[in-house]
Amino acid sequence: MATVDELKERIAQLEVELAKEREKTGGNVAGARKKIDQMSSEVVDSNPYSRLMALKRMGIVDNYERIRDFTVAVVGVGGVGSVTAEMLTRCGIGKLLLFDYDKVELANMNRLFFQPYQAGMSKVQAAEKTLRDINPDVQFETHNYNITTVDNFQHFMDRISHGNLKGDGSVDLVLSCVDNFEARMAINTACNELEQNWIESGVSENAVSGHIQLIKPGETACFACAPPLVVAENIDEKTLKREGVCAASLPTTMGVVAGLLVQNTLKYLLGFGSVTHYLGYSALQDFFPTMSMKPNPACDDSFCGKRQEEFQRKEALRPKTVEVVKEEEIVHESNDWGISLVDESSVDDLKTQPAPELASGLSYAYDKPDETTKDSDEVVADTDQSLDELMAQMKSL
Amino acid sequence: MVDAATRKTLSNIPLLKTKAGPRDKDLWPSRLKEEYQSLIQYVNNNKESDNDWFRLESNKDGTRWFGKCWHVHELLKYEFEIEFDIPVTYPQTAPEIAIPELDGKTAKMYRGGKICLTDHFKPLWAKNVPKFGIGHAMALGLGPWLAVEIPDLISKGLVLYKEKEENGASK
Ligand SMILES: [Zn+2]
Repeated sequence: MATVDELKERIAQLEVELAKEREKTGGNVAGARKKIDQMSSEVVDSNPYSRLMALKRMGIVDNYERIRDFTVAVVGVGGVGSVTAEMLTRCGIGKLLLFDYDKVELANMNRLFFQPYQAGMSKVQAAEKTLRDINPDVQFETHNYNITTVDNFQHFMDRISHGNLKGDGSVDLVLSCVDNFEARMAINTACNELEQNWIESGVSENAVSGHIQLIKPGETACFACAPPLVVAENIDEKTLKREGVCAASLPTTMGVVAGLLVQNTLKYLLGFGSVTHYLGYSALQDFFPTMSMKPNPACDDSFCGKRQEEFQRKEALRPKTVEVVKEEEIVHESNDWGISLVDESSVDDLKTQPAPELASGLSYAYDKPDETTKDSDEVVADTDQSLDELMAQMKSL
Repeated sequence: MVDAATRKTLSNIPLLKTKAGPRDKDLWPSRLKEEYQSLIQYVNNNKESDNDWFRLESNKDGTRWFGKCWHVHELLKYEFEIEFDIPVTYPQTAPEIAIPELDGKTAKMYRGGKICLTDHFKPLWAKNVPKFGIGHAMALGLGPWLAVEIPDLISKGLVLYKEKEENGASK
């Protein structure tokens, strides 16, 4: 049995060893790399950016280093968000803001990124630690809360509008990687108010389809402009069993969607290729419908309407460029949502059923308002009672 | 259209008028009053038809709600604590009702004990903004969930009957 003095001596010894080890790696944990001031395109095995900078040499991206000037907010650090954050970290993004209120659980281990030893840690904290080790050049800001509650929402809006690298302006792009309608609507509300461009992403609850959707307030349809879109999965509704569980998940579908999301993000930020407005993914058919959606003038979100007016005013002032080919816009008569859609699906997609309003293979999650309630239904009457009185009455029931 | 049973349930809950969420400083107090009026009426109707199954109250600004719900199974009354926040996007999105004490006991729940709603609930809610309120979320969301899940949890021995004075409901 070692005495206390022996143990103390052993600790001192180990501390010296640890200090030596830290010196070697520049203050980081063993194996981690030092910060790099400037991205170099030198092809040596010690340069983590050489293959990315090669994009510039090959003429794909004009100026890849600009990636370091950009800030991206990732909302939801689950199966899609964590992989999204990792890709952006490896690409050398300037700053990442991570929002999530969940903890890592063993039930998450069918997905990518998180590891069993992280179970119990908050997702944002665990992610920051891993990502920092992968690339210490990236700045991180993490928030462990639910954005949909009144108190947190204001703070969320504030960080989106002030969270850039210098701390004096809005982030460059918000990526929605959340798994529920409420959080998507909250992001939509914030981005419409803040005039913030964002990309929504999602994987269906049965794990075999997904989508990404670029939303530029006023210019493209917002998330509240129409019911959510559903990508055709060609599953017979009768054979689809939902009993017993809320949601399934596959690392493959989530990885594909995260890949599509970050690819579109890189194109958007670095200005190469064409940025897709809507891209769906149906895993069972390997089918990728794509299209653009214009905003709904009758959108429920008042800020969406405001942004639409601003956009139209701006468009009117823009000098007209002569269009070489005039593309005809498809405005279907039975389009109850007031949205016009431009089908951009490739010819190959046409083997699925032609849909009149949406790109083939897409439909709304539900149809337009129906008559669930009748005009004759009872509506709360005007009351002279105060709120306090009503609260007391409710309590005394 | 919805089925006859749903319509009958709906007829017990007065509809709301004001489209306002908790961030809407001017109109939220009116909406909150309507929520209480509708809930009071609904609970009274439930009592009259001998189907009293929940109580709710909120914090002062009506953003956080908590209470109890009951489920009767083979003549025994099972009681559960419920809670939920009013999301900033309410009433466009429904509140997510949670039963924290059942978290981890059933796959029909999301993190934090939020109940997993049927495919029919969200479309139905979306089509009835702003007429549906908290009472409707209880009746169309929590009610059917309890009816399916509690008997299942009892049969699996995951929910046990707690001995209590029989008048739990009126306390
Ligand atoms: Zn809109």
